[in-house]
Formats: sequence, structure tokens, C-alpha cells
Amino acid sequence: MNPLLSVRNLSVTFDVRRPGSWPWTPAMKLHAVSEVSFDLQPGECLGIVGESGSGKSTIARAIVGTIPSSGGNIFFEDHDLANMDTRQRRVHRRDVQMIFQDPLAALNPRMTVGEIIAEPLITHEPNTPRKEVKRRVGELMERVGLLPNLINRYPHEFSGGQCQRIGIARALILKPKLIICDEPVSALDVSVQAQVINLLMELQRDMGLSMIFIAHDLSVVKHISDRILVLYLGRVMETAEAHKLTTAPEHPYSQALISSVPIPDPVLERARHRPILEGELPSPLRPPSGCVFRTRCPKVQPDCADAKPALEDVGGRHFVACPYHEAQQVLVVNE
Amino acid sequence: MFPNRAAVEGVGDAAQLAEIKGRSLWADARTRFFRNKAAVVSLIMLGLIGAFALFGQFFAQYDKGFVDFSLIGSNANKGVPSIENGHYFGTDSNGRDLYARVVQGTGISLMVGIVGAMVAVIVGTLYGATAGYFGGRIDGAMMRIVDVLMSIPFMFVLILMLVIFGRSIFMLFLGIGLISWLDMARIARGQTLTIKNKEFVEVAVATGVRPIKIILRHIVPNLLGIVIVYATLLVPSMIIFESFISFLGLGVQEPNTSLGALINEGARTMQFGYYWQIAYPLFFFVVTIFAFFFVGDGLRDALDPKDR
Amino acid sequence: MSLLEIEDLSVTFTTADGDVNAVNGVTFNIDKGETLAIVGESGSGKSQTAFAAMGLLAKNGRAAGIARFDGQNLLAMSQREFNKIRSKDMAMIFQDPMTSLNPYLRVSDQMAEVLMLHDGISKKDAITKAVQMLDAVRIPDARARVTMYPHEFSGGMRQRIMIAMSLLCQPRLLIADEPTTALDVTVQAQIMQLLADIRQDFGTAVILITHDLGIVAGFCDRTLVMYGGQIMEEGPTDDIFAQPSHPYTSGLLKAVPRLDKDEATLATIAGEPPDMSHLPPGCPFSPRCAQLLDNCRAERPMLETTGNRRRACHLPVQEDA
Repeated sequence: MNPLLSVRNLSVTFDVRRPGSWPWTPAMKLHAVSEVSFDLQPGECLGIVGESGSGKSTIARAIVGTIPSSGGNIFFEDHDLANMDTRQRRVHRRDVQMIFQDPLAALNPRMTVGEIIAEPLITHEPNTPRKEVKRRVGELMERVGLLPNLINRYPHEFSGGQCQRIGIARALILKPKLIICDEPVSALDVSVQAQVINLLMELQRDMGLSMIFIAHDLSVVKHISDRILVLYLGRVMETAEAHKLTTAPEHPYSQALISSVPIPDPVLERARHRPILEGELPSPLRPPSGCVFRTRCPKVQPDCADAKPALEDVGGRHFVACPYHEAQQVLVVNE
Repeated sequence: MFPNRAAVEGVGDAAQLAEIKGRSLWADARTRFFRNKAAVVSLIMLGLIGAFALFGQFFAQYDKGFVDFSLIGSNANKGVPSIENGHYFGTDSNGRDLYARVVQGTGISLMVGIVGAMVAVIVGTLYGATAGYFGGRIDGAMMRIVDVLMSIPFMFVLILMLVIFGRSIFMLFLGIGLISWLDMARIARGQTLTIKNKEFVEVAVATGVRPIKIILRHIVPNLLGIVIVYATLLVPSMIIFESFISFLGLGVQEPNTSLGALINEGARTMQFGYYWQIAYPLFFFVVTIFAFFFVGDGLRDALDPKDR
Repeated sequence: MSLLEIEDLSVTFTTADGDVNAVNGVTFNIDKGETLAIVGESGSGKSQTAFAAMGLLAKNGRAAGIARFDGQNLLAMSQREFNKIRSKDMAMIFQDPMTSLNPYLRVSDQMAEVLMLHDGISKKDAITKAVQMLDAVRIPDARARVTMYPHEFSGGMRQRIMIAMSLLCQPRLLIADEPTTALDVTVQAQIMQLLADIRQDFGTAVILITHDLGIVAGFCDRTLVMYGGQIMEEGPTDDIFAQPSHPYTSGLLKAVPRLDKDEATLATIAGEPPDMSHLPPGCPFSPRCAQLLDNCRAERPMLETTGNRRRACHLPVQEDA
């Protein structure tokens, strides 16, 4: 099967200027994302996890096209989105839609819910009759669990969970092929999170959507994703099928990440052996030489500083960027 | 494509209600504004003053250009305000009806203020929003132009213009229009920089909405709150500014007049005890300015972004 | 005698749209050296309960009831007496450490100030003690970094500084309000480990306020579940997690995806968290409850004690949950 989205060696750098420097001194390069590659099959959900500063949101924005990439390719149905002019790019935008973290901030406070949901439709199909627009908005509102008679309300009149539903409806109105969710539930209350997660999974299944689900909460990502990609300092550490990654992670960072996730079960939690990762994320302006994780890695070897480890295929679409990888069970899983 | 799902979770059960009218942020702000008594009283005052400027001449017993020769020789000291002879506000030094003159002066002063503020709102907002939204070099170039215009000693240039091209209302409007938008452009740009980093703008970019639409649909409406507040505060400063120019004798020319010009005349005769010649124009001037400031304050509280 | 006893505590806020009851008649206590979790969603009143006990309510808030610390009622004290207890015996750490660190003062000055004020020691001794405390919270190279400004530290390090500052006077009670919510999981694990060690070493009682059931499970002896400003259920953490007896608690536990389980779909709690200015007359959870009885909407259930657990629910206790 041909992948829907195929990202190859994607890099995104930002220019960072020292405050007070001359305008002509060259800016420092911040490598937010370096040489990231992955495939996304139609109908598949890929989870991206990583700590803050790992570049997971930057990848999303590079695919959606709100941040320019500085290297590599993003093939979407064989069109390279990364190297397209603005006009061509605009045509492809309807197939890729995004859902944001802060549900209220993602909605224009001066527009009604109906106008917000209809905006992508009016932008890409300006000739749709108004009646038809209204019918489709109403249909979609019902589909995401909002009463259609709220169509003339304003975002501030809704709760966080409802605002996220509005955001989902807007993302779906053009019937896109790929939805990118950037921390869609982390701003919501625990009891509302589950509603939104279930809605997203249901919509993905019913509409045959492909999805990229970005979150820092590994439990949520594991629940919703088919495959998981682990990022650290802008680089891919490991990618594998979700169940395999959580039960038998190979990369030391994935292992540390999984063992840091608390489990709501006091008995299991006390019984866990927990190697706590020391230190904090190094500055992306001066990443460590060689393997970027080596400064915090519990299994670090002298030669880790020499070369960047390549992604190694360990079988079954499971890739690890560590020459000293070994599967380790860090978690007892009840089926 | 979308299976109709009757079970709408989380929103109650009655699904087939009539569409509910939403309460926009503007409506909220209106409610808050009308709770502010000082602002509402000031708004009413402004309305009365506006009505006075528009319809006041219908109640005047004399034309604004008519010189009352019946008071000849002692216009000023016999032209005390009186109801009987129809000079409600008395006469000026030339024997013209001060009531009619004040009506005209108020009208011109208000017009100067409002036109100045409108130029500022339209040109300044669009200019600032465009610069702020595109950022980078475009922003740099556009804002440097503003800086250069601001650094010109404006009063000097305006006086030169009035001297070279002749004193006329048109020149005055042109001069005021030329500078009034500069501050507004800076304010609008600053606000745009904050708004354009909001996620809803990013959503619009990601959806493929064109830049012009983004500026008009997403940025400007969210700027308007602060722009309106600034504009209401700009009107009185424009009026003051015009008065100053007129006070110097460079602004509005006879037979036209403005509050500033009337105050100027009144100030010259004040020492002879013709108090009404300064009192009436000054009263309208002060009340107008105060009312605008109070309304501006009320709007600022009502549109305060903290409450969003 | 318990260290802190809260009795029938209520917190009311006066707003432009009328009074809002953020906390309604909450009663609980915590013993010396114990760890208690207060779990709830936004608007459950969990933070306001702690703020009221610390005397940190916002200006428009009023607390009613009793909060006894070591036998003295905090709410009846003068501001002066309260300040004494608050700085010496009780301390609080927040989600965002920058709210309580002054960005314009060096860490050393801020920490020394606290010590000089309360222990009356010289600045030199105070800084030595501050460095010791920073070492205790495992800030690497504390001696050199003590003179840095708060913004020069990362989020996790700032939280450690906050903890070090709150421990300077060796308080007997530490209230931690969402201490790890803004942090990454690996840093969260470090901070929770640190809090556990501190509790062991200093014998400090800890009230952990959080929405994250995972960190509660690993850290707390007892758990208190709040909803709509009221206590829904309270008991030993093990029992609450193994056999939740309130529909809200069990719903919450089922709604959280778990790393160690493969659920097909999550069980949800319908509806949205309550609007605190329009609470239903009966049980605050009644509009969302799946096991609603006839009297739930009209009658507020009392908090009833059975053994070492308490719950507020009209539903009869099920033996096998």
C-alpha cells in the first residue's frame, strides 16, 4: 500500500538572534527538527510523543505549512508539500487539517460558531450556496455532539470540551484525508478528555481518516494510535507499533519515558522499578555531539559522542536509533 | 458521509429547538458600557451637543453673518445675552449673534475632530494591521515611514502649509489627516503582533485563507476594541489641536469659525468685562472634551480584553 | 490530635453576577507526616480549600468554618498570628513557581531573606543554609548557582527552588498545588521522587492537590475526591482505587487511558464540569451521574463514615464494585 504521507529527512531550523547583536551578524541556528522520516498509511493513526522542546509541534506545523521547512521532503499523495509555491500549496491545504491544544484560543472570538465551522468551506468552495453551507454545518455540529441550534452562538459561550468539538467540526467540513491533532485533550478536564478521545477515534474510523496525534501524555497517545514515534531534541529515537513500543521499548529514552509515566493503580505503582532519568533537556541551540540523548542516557558508551546513530530496522516496522538497543519490559501489561 | 447521530452527548436532550441567538462580545461590551453612569451621561451630553451643532441654527433669531447695527457703536457692551432681543448668547465684538456663531463653531470643531479620528481609524488600522501581519521587511519598511513622518516637526510643517497654500478648512483637514493616523498605525501594529500569534489565525493560515481575508476577518475585528477606544480619545485631542491652530490665527478663517477661534476672540475682550464672549464657546468646548474623555474611559472599561 | 483539621469549611466569592460558592462544607483532617491527595477537576474547589486554609484567598473571597492547625483555629486568628504560623509551620508550592519567585532578586537573596526574618541569623549563615537546602533538593552545583536569577533556571529546577524555599523553616505541613502539571513526565517523576524523599527525611505532612490520578496512586496514603465544591469520597488510596464506591470516582478511574491496559474505548462521564454559580440543589454530580436515583436531584447526600472511608452518595454501598 502506498503511504498517504511520507516524510523524508525533514528539518526545520529557526534563526535565533542574540539580543543586541548587529543586524548583519549571522543568526544562530536552532534545530527544532532534524532529519525526521516516517510514513503514514491511509486510515492509520500515528502518535508522536516527546517532552516539551522535542519538536513535535514543529513537525505538525511543517506538514500543515504554517512553518517553512528548511530541508527534506513531505510527500502527500506523491506531491512534495515542502517544495511547493504558495499558490499550489493552497490547493493542497484542504486535504490536511489541524486541531489545536487550546480550544478557545483556536476560535476567533468575534465570529459565530456557524461562521467558524464554515470558513474552510467558504474559502475552498466559495460558490457553495448559503443554504447548503448552513445544512452542512448543522449536520457536522450534530455529528460532533453539538446541538445545531447553537449555530449563532459565540465561542465564549461554550465550555472547553464544546470548543474542542467546534474545532473538530471545522477541521472536518472539507472532508480532509489527514487530520493533525496537536495536544487536543491536554487542556481539558479528565472527565471531558475521554469524550473527546472517543469522538476522535470514532470519526477516524467512520470517515477513514488518517491521523497524526501529538501529545506529551503517553497513555493517551498509546490509547489512540496504531504506531508511535518517539522524539527527543528534534530527532526520532524510536518508532514502532503502539503496543510493542509500550511493552517492549528498545531505545533507552523510550524506556525511561515509559517508566516515568504514572499509572493510576497504587499496588502496581509501588511495585514498579523506576530508573529515573536524571538531568533535563539540553539546549537545542547547542545539542550534544553524536547521539543527542547521551547526556542523560543510563547506558551511555564512550563512542556515543562520535556519530549520530542511524535508525536501525529491528523488524516489523520497528526502528531504533541506538546501536546498544535491547528490548526491555518496563511495564506489566494486563490484557 | 455523516451518519445522523441522535444521541448528542453532553448537551441535554431537547434537540429540535429554534436557533438560539448568541451574545457577541460586542453585546457584552454594550451591557457593560451602559452600566457605567458617567459614560452614559457623557454620551447623552455628546448627543445633545451634536444636535445643537446640527439643528441649533433653526432656533437662531439672526443669521450668523448678520451684523446687528441697532447696537451700533457699542455692540459689545450692549450685546449682553438676553431673551428679549433674540441674542441668546449676546453678540460678538462685531455685532454678530454669538448663538449662531457658537452653533457654527461647535459644528466645525466636531467635524475636525471626527474627520481626524476617522482618517486615523481607517488608514491607521489597515496600515498597522498590514505591517504587523506580514512582519519582517515589509513591517520594517512600513514602520520606518511612520517613524520618519513622526519625526518631522509637524506643527511647523502645518503652519508652513497654511501660509504657502493659503488658509482654508481643506488644508486644515489635510494637515490633521496626515498626522492623526501615525499613532494609530503604531497601536494597531502592536496589537496585530499579539493577535497574529493566536491559534485562530494559524488555523486560518493552515486552512488556506488568503492574507487579505485574514487581516479583514480575523485581525481587524479583534483590533477594533482598542481602536475605538483610542479614536474616542483622539477626537478631543484633534479638537484641541484645531483650537490651538485657530487660536494662533492660522486655522479656520472668517466668516467661518470654530470654538478655538471664538475663544480666541473672547479672550481678547475678556478684560473689558464681556465675559459672555468667552464663556459660551468655552463652555461648549470644555463639555465636549470632557464628554469624549468619559465616553472613551467607559469604552475602555467595557471593551477591556481582561474580560474576554 | 491531627495536624490540620478542616471543619465545615465554605468559601464564597462575590462577583458581579452574584455570589459563587466554590467550596461547600468540607471536613477533613491530616495527621503528622501523612500524605493526603485532594483530587478533582477544574472548579471542584480543591485549590480554594487549600488557599482558604493558607489564608491566601483572593480579595473577593470569604472563608467560613474552622481550620485548626495544631489545635488553633487559623480562620479566627489575627493576620499577624496567622503570618507567623504560615511561614514557620505551613508552606505551599504552586503549579507555576514563577508566581512566588521574584524575578528581580537572586535566588540566594530570596532564600536568605526568609531565614533572616524567621531565624534571625546573619546573611552569611543564611546563604550557607540556603545552599544546603538547594543541595537537598538536588540542584547540581548549588553553591555556584545560588546567585543566579530565577529565570535562568529551567521549569523543573525552578520547582525545586520553590520546594527548597518552602522547606527552609522546616514546616510541618506542605501543601503542593498541582506541582508537576507544567512539567514533562521525566521531570515530573524526579519532582515526585524528591517530594517522597523529603517526606521521609523531614517527616513533613503533604497535601497534594492534583487532577492526575497517576501521581496520587504512587504518592499518597489517603485520597479525597472533590466535585462541585464538595467531598464525594474519601479513604485510603489503595481502597479508593481498588473499590471506588462513588459513581464519580469510578467514572473518573475508567475515563483515564492507562499505559498498562489495552482498552477498546474509554468509558465516559457525560456532560461538562459544573457551573459553580448554578449548582443543582441536590448532589452536584447528579446531572452527569449514570446511576441516578429519584432523590439525587432534590436532596444533597450527607457524607457518611463507614470504617476508614467516607462517601456522599444516596446509592447503597455495593459490596463488590
